[in-house]
Amino acid sequence: MRSVTTRGTVVIDVEACKGCELCIAACPPGVLHMGTGVNTRGYRYPWLSPGCTGCKACSQICPDFVFQVYKYDTPQDLAVAHAPVGPQP
Amino acid sequence: MPAVPGRRLLQGSEAIAGAMVGAGCRFFAGYPMTPFTEVLEEMAKKLPAVGGVCMNAESELEAIGMAWGAAATGTPSATGSTGQGLSLMQESLAEITLARIPLVVLNMARAQGDYWQATRGGGHGDYRHLVLAPVDVVEAVELIFRAFHLAATWRNPVVVLGDYYLAHTARAVDPSSWSPEPLPPAEWALTGESGGSGHAKLLSFLGSAKQRDGAGYDLAVHYAACADHTARMLKEVPAQVEVGFIEEADVVVVAFGTPGAYVRAAVRDLRADGVRVGFVRPVTLVPFPAEVVAAAARHVRAVAVFENNTGQMLDDVRLAVLGEAPVEFIGGLSLDPSGFGIAPDLDVAVVRRRILSVVERHT
Amino acid sequence: MTEPVARDVVPTDAPPNAPAELVDDFTPALVDVGLHHLCPGCGEPIAIRSLVEAIAEMMLAQRTVAVFGIGCYTAFSNNLDVEVLQALHGRAPSLATGVKRARPDTVVVTVQGDGDMVSEGLQEVLHAAARGENITCVMLNNGVFGETGGHMTATTVLGQRTKTSLEGRDSVAHGRPILLADLVARLDGAAYVARCAVNSAGQLARTHRLLRRALDTQLAGAGFSFVEVLTMCPTGWFVETADAPQYLEEHLGAVHRAGVLKDVRADAAAEVR
Repeated sequence: MRSVTTRGTVVIDVEACKGCELCIAACPPGVLHMGTGVNTRGYRYPWLSPGCTGCKACSQICPDFVFQVYKYDTPQDLAVAHAPVGPQP
Repeated sequence: MPAVPGRRLLQGSEAIAGAMVGAGCRFFAGYPMTPFTEVLEEMAKKLPAVGGVCMNAESELEAIGMAWGAAATGTPSATGSTGQGLSLMQESLAEITLARIPLVVLNMARAQGDYWQATRGGGHGDYRHLVLAPVDVVEAVELIFRAFHLAATWRNPVVVLGDYYLAHTARAVDPSSWSPEPLPPAEWALTGESGGSGHAKLLSFLGSAKQRDGAGYDLAVHYAACADHTARMLKEVPAQVEVGFIEEADVVVVAFGTPGAYVRAAVRDLRADGVRVGFVRPVTLVPFPAEVVAAAARHVRAVAVFENNTGQMLDDVRLAVLGEAPVEFIGGLSLDPSGFGIAPDLDVAVVRRRILSVVERHT
Repeated sequence: MTEPVARDVVPTDAPPNAPAELVDDFTPALVDVGLHHLCPGCGEPIAIRSLVEAIAEMMLAQRTVAVFGIGCYTAFSNNLDVEVLQALHGRAPSLATGVKRARPDTVVVTVQGDGDMVSEGLQEVLHAAARGENITCVMLNNGVFGETGGHMTATTVLGQRTKTSLEGRDSVAHGRPILLADLVARLDGAAYVARCAVNSAGQLARTHRLLRRALDTQLAGAGFSFVEVLTMCPTGWFVETADAPQYLEEHLGAVHRAGVLKDVRADAAAEVR
C-alpha cells in the first residue's frame, strides 16, 4: 500500500465557492482538483487529495475566502490507491 | 478721542478668517479665486499659528475633497470659493451632506447673487444646506460662529453667502470681544481607533450602517433616513431675519446680503421723507423666513424684491406671499465691465427711485 | 476545464482529527463578512485580503483610516473592521490628504481601481504624490471599468477588447495606456512606488511584501507611497476564470511591468553603504 506524506489539510466552505479554479493552479503540490459536485448556487468546488503541505497558497489566492488551512503537528502518512496527479503542467 | 480698546479696522476677508479660527476651525482648504482669495491668504497666516492646517489645493475639487477628509475626522473644517468655484464642488457637496459630515462653505460671490446655487444646491439628489447671508462684516462674524455651531450640531454643511463687497470692505470690529459657543463633540468622527473592535466606523454617503450580510448598502433606507433628518433640521433651526419699518407700510422690500444694506438705507431715507415703506431682510436663506414675509405681505399694497440677479429669491418671496399682495421685481443684473466688483445699481439713490416707482404704481 | 481523473480524496468538511494548528482562517480578522457578490475569479478580494492582513500584522488596525474609491471593490467598504471613509470616483487622494493632515497619527490608505485613479482621478493622485503626502495609495488595476460592465480605462492596453473597444484598443482611435506607477515614480514627492500582481501564489506573496513596505514608508514619514496591484477581471476580459491569470501576465502585465520602481529609503541606505 503506497502512502503520501501529508503535512496539512484544508476545510472547504463549499457554499462560498464560485468555481473560479484559481486555487487549482496555485497549489504547489497540485493536490486540489475540481470535483464533480455542485453547490446550491450551481458552482463546482475543489476536492483535496493527500499531500497537502499547509502552505496557504489556496487560502490566500481564493477570492471568496473558501479555505481554512491546517498544519498537522506531526506529518501524516495517508494511504493512497491511485497514482498521485501532482501539479498540472 | 482715543480709539476704543480692542477695536480694529479689518477687511471683511480678514475678519471672516479670524472669526473662523475663533469658532474653532482648524482645517481650511481653498483655491485662489477673486474675490475669495484673501480669505485663503488669511487662513494660511492664521491657522498654522493655532496648530491648524491650511491647504492651497490644486483645484476646487481637491479643496472640497481635502476639507471633506479633514471634517470626517471631527476637525472643524471649512472651504470656500466664488460661485464659479462652488460650481465645481457640487457633487462633493451633495455627497458630504448624504454622509452627514459638518462643513462650513464660504461663497465670496462675484457680481451675481448666487441665491439658487446656495439654497437649491447644484448637486444631485435631495439634500439641503443651511444658508446664512450676512449684510456686512460685523454680521458676518456672528454668522460664521453660528455656521460652525449649526454644522456641528446638525452634521450638515452650512453655506455662508457673501460677495465681493463683504470680502473687500473694511469695518471696525473687536476680535477680543468675540465669544463663540463651543462646538459639540464629534462622537461619530473617524480617528482610526474603532478599527479591529468588531465595530469599526464607516462614514459614507452610501450609508453608514454595516449590513453584515453580504448584501452591502441599502440606499433606500439611507436616503429615507437622510430625508427625515433634513426635515427635522429645517423645522427646528430658527429662521433669522431683520425687519424694519414694516408697521403701516404700503410697500415692503425684501433683499438679502449686501443689496439688503442698500435697501435698508433707502427705506430709512424714504421713511424720513414720509413714504410708507419697510423692509424684510432674510438672514437665513435656508430656512427661509417665509412666515415673516407672509405676515408683512398681508398688510401692504405690494411687495418688492431687490437682488443682484434676474430674479432668484423672487421665487421664494412669491411662494411665501402666496398671492396676498402683488410681488414686483426691482432688482436685476448689475455689474461693472470686469464681471465682478462695484455694481452700478448698488447705489442708495438708484434703490430709492426703484422703491418709489413701486409705491407710486400701487397708491 | 479540468477533466475527471481517478484520485484519492480526503475529507474537507470539518477540521482534522489529528492534532493540527489552524494557520489560515476563512476570512482575515479585519474582514467582517466573507460573502460578497464580486465575480468568480475576481482579483480584487485577493488584493484587499493582502492589504488588511498587512495592516493586522503590523498592528495598525486601531490607527487606520481607509479611503475607498468607487468600483467593484467598494463592496468591501461596508465589510471591513477598519475605519472607512467613502470618497467619490477618483477623489480618494484628496480626502486621504485631509484625513492625514488633520490627524497625522492615523495611517491612511486609499483603495481605488484603475478607472477611478487613472481615468477620473489622475490629477488627484499626481498632486498627492507631488506634495509627498504621507499616505499609501493602492490601485487595483484590471484594465477595465469593472463595475459598469467592462469598459476601457486609461490603463487598458493596446489590443485589449472591452465594451468600448470591441475590436481591441487602437492607438489612433483610443490613444495609449497610462502607466501610472511609472508616472508617479518620476515625482520627487513619491517615496515608494511598486507594481505587482495577484495572479499566482508567488506574485501574491510579493504583493504582500510590497504592501508592507509601502505602509512602512508611511510610518517612517518618508513621503507618498504607492502600490499598483494588477488584478484579474475575467468578466471584463471575456475570458474563463481559470485563464485569467495567464491573460493578466500576457496582456496587462506585459505593459504594466511589475517591480519596485522607487524606494527612496532603500536608495538612501545603499548610498550610505
